[in-house]
Amino acid sequence: MYGYAMKITSAIIMISPFMAAGAALFWGAYDLSPSQVLDVLRTMLSGANTPEAAIILEIRLPRIILAGLVGMALSASGATLQAVLRNPLVDPFILGISAGSAFGCAIAIGFLAWLPLQVAAFVFGGLAVLLACMMARSGGEISRLSLVLSGVIVSAFFTALLSMVKFVVDPLKLQSIVYWLMGSFALADWHQVKTAGIGIILGCLPVYLLRWRLNVISMGDEEARTLGVNVSRKRIIFIACSTLAVTSAVAVSGIIGWIGLIAPHLIRMIAGPDHRRLIPLSMAGGASFMICADTVARNLAGLDVPVGIITALAGAPFFVYLMKRGGRESWGQ
Amino acid sequence: MITVDQLSFHHPHVSTPVVEDVSFRVEQGRLAVLLGPNGSGKTTLFKCIAGLWKPSAGRVKLDGTELLSLNYRQRATLLAVVPQDHTPPFPFSVTEAVLMGRAPHVGLYAAPSAADREVVREALEAVGISRLADCPYTRISGGERQMVLIARAIAQDAPLMLLDEPTSHLDFKNQHKVIEIVRRIATDKRLTVLMTLHDPNLASVFADQVIMLKNGHIVAVGQPDTVLNEQTLGVLYDASVGFVENEGRRLAYIKTNTLP
Repeated sequence: MYGYAMKITSAIIMISPFMAAGAALFWGAYDLSPSQVLDVLRTMLSGANTPEAAIILEIRLPRIILAGLVGMALSASGATLQAVLRNPLVDPFILGISAGSAFGCAIAIGFLAWLPLQVAAFVFGGLAVLLACMMARSGGEISRLSLVLSGVIVSAFFTALLSMVKFVVDPLKLQSIVYWLMGSFALADWHQVKTAGIGIILGCLPVYLLRWRLNVISMGDEEARTLGVNVSRKRIIFIACSTLAVTSAVAVSGIIGWIGLIAPHLIRMIAGPDHRRLIPLSMAGGASFMICADTVARNLAGLDVPVGIITALAGAPFFVYLMKRGGRESWGQ
Repeated sequence: MITVDQLSFHHPHVSTPVVEDVSFRVEQGRLAVLLGPNGSGKTTLFKCIAGLWKPSAGRVKLDGTELLSLNYRQRATLLAVVPQDHTPPFPFSVTEAVLMGRAPHVGLYAAPSAADREVVREALEAVGISRLADCPYTRISGGERQMVLIARAIAQDAPLMLLDEPTSHLDFKNQHKVIEIVRRIATDKRLTVLMTLHDPNLASVFADQVIMLKNGHIVAVGQPDTVLNEQTLGVLYDASVGFVENEGRRLAYIKTNTLP
């Protein structure tokens, strides 16, 4: 797809998160008619203090924005790590962030009640990636393959620790841990939007600025070096930025799978593998995907179903479809 | 002009060097072919010159500039490398793949400009694959992919071009075609070219200079018609080599019944 068709498609994808967010405002647990929602939006700046305004501006809006930010972080990091590790089947949790954060969350809920959940998830998620990078390092170089292996090892290790915590912890607390692991935006508020937003934007911005270099890096270390790219340094920058964005997201949402794998894939099928387009379009696509998934999650069957379940339910069959249809093309075989 | 001066390389913790005391030079605008049997140290020498491996001793100079002391970006503006055939993980278009050659010229946070795209268009034209510009790089043939990599090296706009066995995955005709194109571009743009090859007959047709490497040492350096003979090739490949002449060409062959 080239020329005008590509420009129009890209433009639609770029504005899709805003359209999804606008539409999502009209759905929720509390039944509001579309005209009531519009009334609130119209009088938003005058600061009307009605219950309807509180529902829309203090509950729905921050939740939608948070879902968009988290979707953006997971999708952009997925696309980045797929290029850096030269493997289109990599997801943003490959280096052990999910297992590390899950363990951090479990000890915060189980034993260290003074430690905020977000801080624990952030610190241990980052720690897991740091450990994986240190294990993979030999002779001052971090090779791609040993990095993936180290990620698997670190994940297995933290998963074992998590199981241990689950085994010994109070059953009531176990329930909160399991709920957190499913991934949800049920507790979203403006404070979470601010804290997660800073980390996500700080993590995504350098990736966005350096995105053309991802093309070169995905050709392999030696080739990238002969093309003048300092691969070792760039890889550390990209991994550090992805880690910051993903841990910031995980800290407020728990572990939401599939989106970081599927959104970049889908965008690559639509717009091709050039990271100049892929990175911004993945950010937008991931954001709108997550907003839609969360809107379904909070309206399905009158329950606030954890959104991680929705993304997995939608993701697994979708991935089979990708594999059967465009797989050969988007995996470059 | 590229000067390789007493270059040696040995792997860490291994005392025997892979390449030892290798010196030669190639004048500007010349095409030099590095010949040698498998395991002779060709690839090692190649990686040392390309700046990918650090030699344990020796220097590589391009017109007085010490290549090994430069950073990757600086070196990439002076030296373009055409790797062996490979499969990238993502189906970049041919244009996107050739644009990567502009990497050392594009600012860190920038993307390629219209001028860079023009350079790429010219490079595609020079190797005669403009019609492939929008094709996915993963869907073209091995010969075409080699052309793309050569176009990428041209887009890199460096005075020195290194090619690592550019014919290794190509059919009988394409081997000739690829080297012919490199030969023509080298002459047109006054590029200095150094390539490794397995076929002495290709070297005798296209090379200005042949460098023979065996067990990490240089066996002979010189013009193809003086260096390529029964004796040197026999020593180089440990085989009994003969020559036939036909239509003004001298072709080397191995006497099959003499192989150990």
